[in-house]
Amino acid sequence: MGESHGPGSDGGLHTLTLRDRHEVAGSRFAPFAGWEMPLRYAGTVREHEAVRERVGVFDVSHLGRVWLRGPRAASLLRSVTTFDVNTLEVGRAHYSLYCNESGGIDDDVLIYHLPGERWLIVHNAANADEDLARLQSVAGDDAAEVTGDTVMLAVQGPEAIGLLSAVLGDGLAALAPRDCVELDWAGSPVLFARTGYTGEDGGECIVEAGGAGALWDALVGGGATPVGLGARDTLRLEAALPLHGNDIDGTTHPYEAGLGFAVSLDDGAPFTGREALVEAKARARSRRLCHLMASGRGVPRAGFAVHEPGGAAVARLTSGTFSPSLRLGIGMAYLPVELASPGVTLEVDVRGRALPVEVVRRPFYRKARNT
Amino acid sequence: MTDTTTPGDLLYTPSHEWLRRDGDNPDEATVGITDFAQDQLGDVVYLDLPAPGTPVAAGEVCGEIESTKTVAEFYAPVSGEVVATNGELADTPELVNESPYGEGWLIRVRITDGAGLEGMLDAAGYRAQAEAS
Repeated sequence: MGESHGPGSDGGLHTLTLRDRHEVAGSRFAPFAGWEMPLRYAGTVREHEAVRERVGVFDVSHLGRVWLRGPRAASLLRSVTTFDVNTLEVGRAHYSLYCNESGGIDDDVLIYHLPGERWLIVHNAANADEDLARLQSVAGDDAAEVTGDTVMLAVQGPEAIGLLSAVLGDGLAALAPRDCVELDWAGSPVLFARTGYTGEDGGECIVEAGGAGALWDALVGGGATPVGLGARDTLRLEAALPLHGNDIDGTTHPYEAGLGFAVSLDDGAPFTGREALVEAKARARSRRLCHLMASGRGVPRAGFAVHEPGGAAVARLTSGTFSPSLRLGIGMAYLPVELASPGVTLEVDVRGRALPVEVVRRPFYRKARNT
Repeated sequence: MTDTTTPGDLLYTPSHEWLRRDGDNPDEATVGITDFAQDQLGDVVYLDLPAPGTPVAAGEVCGEIESTKTVAEFYAPVSGEVVATNGELADTPELVNESPYGEGWLIRVRITDGAGLEGMLDAAGYRAQAEAS
């Protein structure tokens, strides 16, 4: 967590550097993972639609950000993460995982490879302290948290790259997905990556706190709609992106979660959880994270039981919401493999009423592609 | 309560319903949820309302309102029988957010027992109660 913004007076929550700007933008705040975060501004559905149709900006400064530097950094990182970072070129970012010895997912992370043997790892806020400790246990003083004074803004939507190019510079449009670059913006260093958590095009900026307010103002002034955690959740769920703590955790392994692409075994390098993952990959799956779409009225929510029609419960939803794009309920659950096929119909128990759902392919929503 | 409205010509419940006695029949009333309630709920996406003909009892749950964030129960402010349900809400539930005292009304009730009315709050009483909660 951003150490420079220590627990405030408000129940020990961390306060965002740009809190005043969020308040001016009409934010309603809610505690999340130890932070006082914008929950919504104009309304979750309107914010969601802004990202799907135009461009939205999210303050995601609650995410943990840790630098690992030096000649040992890559091999240290390889020893605690599932993806082979040695294949990650300079200027590229990749999704990866910290697994435990059982192969369970302790956190999902994004790793950025920057020039000069520098690596940035972005952690979920709820796990940031543990993740930093994990890195320090192998890297000692080589692991250093971004010394707090940065702000992380995600800019997402079909108009995001146009807006970012206008604000940060024309070169951004030439970047491929998951490329990352370091820029100077009005005297403030900015790390920009073409990444996100919404299923839309766009990018994420890590900017020094001193320049963050001006960058926020330029993005909002340029047409970006401020977006809170409410719409961040509906957007990521439509894109079928898992949320650590809900859809994946220390008891779920990457293969049953559909995250095998984040695990490299072929290089033979040892890393925490490797033995369990080798075994899990070879073993027949007993369950799989599936995507469920409602065909009736009602909102499936995390924790609700999933049944065979008229039968016993077979799973519980790990996430669920109303999809503003589809105007239907959607959710995820680990289903027994015999039920884990598109087209299978099941029911979700919505407070005693059976909501019919169908297993569908991921994602629920895919952005329209320009031809 | 900061930016939400509380019209002075309505009666309110502590559970954030409003009631308006209007029209030709003094025994009938229109019922909805307050601006404060819709603001707390966030975007309304589904409503489960009692069908015409359904008896309702003051203070008892008679429906459900689902928002993107949560679900809330809807309590009948008075006892009687539902005579109409706002059919527009099936396709445009956002009317509850946009016009909680107008197009976003929920049900019309024929009041068979006015006892519940006596316990209802006026606008000032409701505001005081909501601000304290």
